[in-house]
Amino acid sequence: MAKPMEQYTWKDYPVGGVVTEPGNAREYKTGDWKSQRPVVDTAKCIKCGVCWLFCPDAAIYKNDEGFFLANLDYCKGCGICARECWTGCITMVEEEK
Amino acid sequence: MTAKRVGMEVSIAVSEAVKMANVDCIAAYPITPQTHIVEHLSELVADGELDAEFIPVESEHSALSVCAGTSAAGARTFTATSSQGLALMHEILFIVSGMRLPIVMTVANRALSAPLNIWNDHSDVMASRDCGWIQIFTENGQEVFDHTLCAFKIAEDHRVLMPTIINLDGFTLSHVVEPLELVGQELVDGFLPPYKPLYTIHPDKPITMGAFGMPEVYAEAKKAQEVALTNSYPVILEIWKEWGQLTGRHYHPLEAYRMEGAKLALLTMGSFSEMAMEAVDRMRARGISVGLLKLRLWRPLPVEQIRQLVQGLEMLVIVDRALSVGGTGGPVSSEIKSVLYQQPKRPRIISFIVGLGGRDCPPEQIEEMVNQALKMKRKRKTEEFTMIGVRE
Repeated sequence: MAKPMEQYTWKDYPVGGVVTEPGNAREYKTGDWKSQRPVVDTAKCIKCGVCWLFCPDAAIYKNDEGFFLANLDYCKGCGICARECWTGCITMVEEEK
Repeated sequence: MTAKRVGMEVSIAVSEAVKMANVDCIAAYPITPQTHIVEHLSELVADGELDAEFIPVESEHSALSVCAGTSAAGARTFTATSSQGLALMHEILFIVSGMRLPIVMTVANRALSAPLNIWNDHSDVMASRDCGWIQIFTENGQEVFDHTLCAFKIAEDHRVLMPTIINLDGFTLSHVVEPLELVGQELVDGFLPPYKPLYTIHPDKPITMGAFGMPEVYAEAKKAQEVALTNSYPVILEIWKEWGQLTGRHYHPLEAYRMEGAKLALLTMGSFSEMAMEAVDRMRARGISVGLLKLRLWRPLPVEQIRQLVQGLEMLVIVDRALSVGGTGGPVSSEIKSVLYQQPKRPRIISFIVGLGGRDCPPEQIEEMVNQALKMKRKRKTEEFTMIGVRE
């Protein structure tokens, strides 16, 4: 949507709820759903990318040094990366206010 | 005028109207008593008389789902069903209206199971009352034909963009051969322009239809839908007026019959209105000043017009063809009561439920309702509702 959902009045709600702008799901930052976030111990990481492969939200990216890290704007904190990591280098840490 | 008068089964007349509307797509599943409508349409497509996609499906749930897709792709789309079929569509009915897809559907009204019953009443459409579609009731074959054509124009108008149901009584209308005044294709082409969708799904211009609405926006979406359905009212009047000018057949949301001087009136919907006219004529001939209100437009409900036309009435006898089990009787009666509740002066309302599951309701029974209503008035006692003709 062209603006955040909570800014729509009923009068400017588009007919039938049509979203005319393609690919705008990226504007919807679902990262604030999480209660835990993945923290990578780069000393143990072997850059295999299995976390990247398993992430159901495609929220993991490769940084300039070749490490795989979660984009916290979209990571929902499901913990699948930590569960799948071969070396156990990902720890889920409680989010704090 | 290019009108010609023919004898035609009403179901076939629906198909002919759909053909004249030059629909692009029909997806339907056969169910009694709707079958002849889609059967004939499939023949018209197979014979090359109608250039449209006829998509046979495995259920009504699929039928309306396919219709949602073709309508979203910009195709003029038609379907038809009855009873259990409408019930199976239930989920998709709300999706289609929320997405504002202007599909036109004929519902050949039939009772709902159990017990299994293929005959006519209004329990199917009343169970889907809140589905957000424009809902129109018809009295005879001519009205069915006319309203089918008007429905496309109403639904697709950019001030409306609402799916529309045309209700016709199963068997009582659907399977009866009636004299009909058809219209010429030229008239239809002039009346009904090609469908211009507001949005379409097309790979060249990607959009999202049917996205979800979070708690932050769902209520706004519903309010927008409510206002849009209410605002379709003047457009419906405008289109019926245009049809009246072209054909000489005029339609109104609530039609008054012999209301002059009446202190008591009946209110009916669908083909029972013709029976009620007969009963009113008989009672008038005996000096009883009774009138009739025929409710054609069920959604959007013509609230103000109902309030106007019942002014001066002492009693309003409402004839329902469906039962809201465990509630206050019939759905039409409940709604008319709530339309009038806030009015400082309102008639006493007597509610009857008749004609369930194809049970006959001759004019004598309508006269009996009036007699019972007058009796209740004398005794100053009003029953919540009465299921008339039920064996004790």
